Amino acid sequence: MTGLFELLGLGASAELLSLSGWGGNLLRGLANSLQIAFGAFGLGLVIGLFGAYGKLYGGKVTRDLLAIYTTVIRAVPELVLILILYYVGSDIINKISEAMGGGRVEINGVAAGIWVLGVVQGAYATEVLRGAIKAVPVGQIEAAKSYGMPAFMIMRRVTIPAMMSFAVPGLANLWLIATKDTALLAVVGFNELTLETRQAASSTRAYFTFFLAAGFLYLMVTLCSGAVFARVEKWARRGQPSLKGGAR
Amino acid sequence: MISLKDLMQPHRIVMMLVFAGIVIWCAIALRWDWIPKYAPLALEGLWATVWILAVSTFFGFMLAVPLGLAQAVGPWYLSIPARTFCTIIRGTPLLLQIWLLYYGLGSLFPQFPWIRSSELWPYLRQAWPYAVLALTLSYAGYEGEVMRGAFSGVAKGQLEAAKSFGMPRFTMFRRIWLPQAVRNVLPTLGGETILQLKATPLVATITVMEIYAVSSRVRADTFIVYEPLLLLALVYMAIAGVIALAFRRLEKG
Repeated sequence: MTGLFELLGLGASAELLSLSGWGGNLLRGLANSLQIAFGAFGLGLVIGLFGAYGKLYGGKVTRDLLAIYTTVIRAVPELVLILILYYVGSDIINKISEAMGGGRVEINGVAAGIWVLGVVQGAYATEVLRGAIKAVPVGQIEAAKSYGMPAFMIMRRVTIPAMMSFAVPGLANLWLIATKDTALLAVVGFNELTLETRQAASSTRAYFTFFLAAGFLYLMVTLCSGAVFARVEKWARRGQPSLKGGAR
Repeated sequence: MISLKDLMQPHRIVMMLVFAGIVIWCAIALRWDWIPKYAPLALEGLWATVWILAVSTFFGFMLAVPLGLAQAVGPWYLSIPARTFCTIIRGTPLLLQIWLLYYGLGSLFPQFPWIRSSELWPYLRQAWPYAVLALTLSYAGYEGEVMRGAFSGVAKGQLEAAKSFGMPRFTMFRRIWLPQAVRNVLPTLGGETILQLKATPLVATITVMEIYAVSSRVRADTFIVYEPLLLLALVYMAIAGVIALAFRRLEKG
């Protein structure tokens, strides 16, 4: 048994991947990736909620501007957007800092990643949430209005709970995109999972071991998120007729 | 499409004027003197982008059809591997897949003397075969999932009718099943092709010289940051627009 183990080179791989070796770096990278994905997803949701409301109920100019935002973001590669937003963000912060009499600021990688991916996610979230809000029967919102509910309360008590079941599949997709897009930050030199993996691989020359290990970690994140979102969707659909195996 | 009357609303005219103002300001205030020097390189890069996109979508789609078919109606020994493939491709970042193929296979191949002495070796030493392979597999993985839905979405009655005519299975597939499945998912395929376009700059990280790599070269050579990136974004928007228009024509025709 151990002979077979050694034959396949698994012993060496296990040693390389041990927590005290490069495995620890990989896990730190994963933690960074997840942190950015959470932040970007959250920021994207906030932008998306405002964007969806703006697109549905906003004035003419707001609607046109939001249309430009979502179209441009969805037509330009994330990698290009990341570079543009990264440079713009650091330029603005440095200008502000210089205006206030400070020197150049070193920008925190996590914050930059969240800002960049959040703006990208916001465009997609706007479309997802707009579709979901539109799917809520108008009568429900009108009923809430006729009770004299203020707009924010309508949003909190009626629109958001009612649209959840329509929004969750799209949002689940967005979350998966967010986790995978964190890999792009490797290109701007941020130490998330993919870059850590590449560094580990190129210094040990064990490319397959590390890239497969990182792929496994990403896959686990994807599969676990899939299970979580299935639960969330079930919760969001509570009280609604089931779609599975129903009458056609 | 937006009609001329829609465009001629007062607020849109003002917005267009503002936009024109921004464009003129960009043209005057920003530096564009690097363009003539890098134009030939940029054209080559543009060609490389379009070529990689076309080849990888074509072969990716060819792979996606059997993948979708295997998942939709195949026996378990075909459907399980197909589903596993799609899950793995869709569950890991493309950048990681590209690097795995390029660095992983690239470090593995030279260890075999028969590969080094084969006629393919001059190609295997370059980066673009790995780029095309990675993008093809990625497109196949995503489209395999789309085609699964498309194949199972074709109405059963259509296939039963074809069968009752005594049509051979392959003819039935070619004449009825595939065309209907593809027509139902054409809008999705259009969106996925734009996503594929947006994935092509990733191959610049393995030294393939496409349009994104050209803009990085300009940035590194001249320290001009925004101008190449803005132009690059415009180029991608133009290509995405062409793809969207092409698919709209396909949907109508």
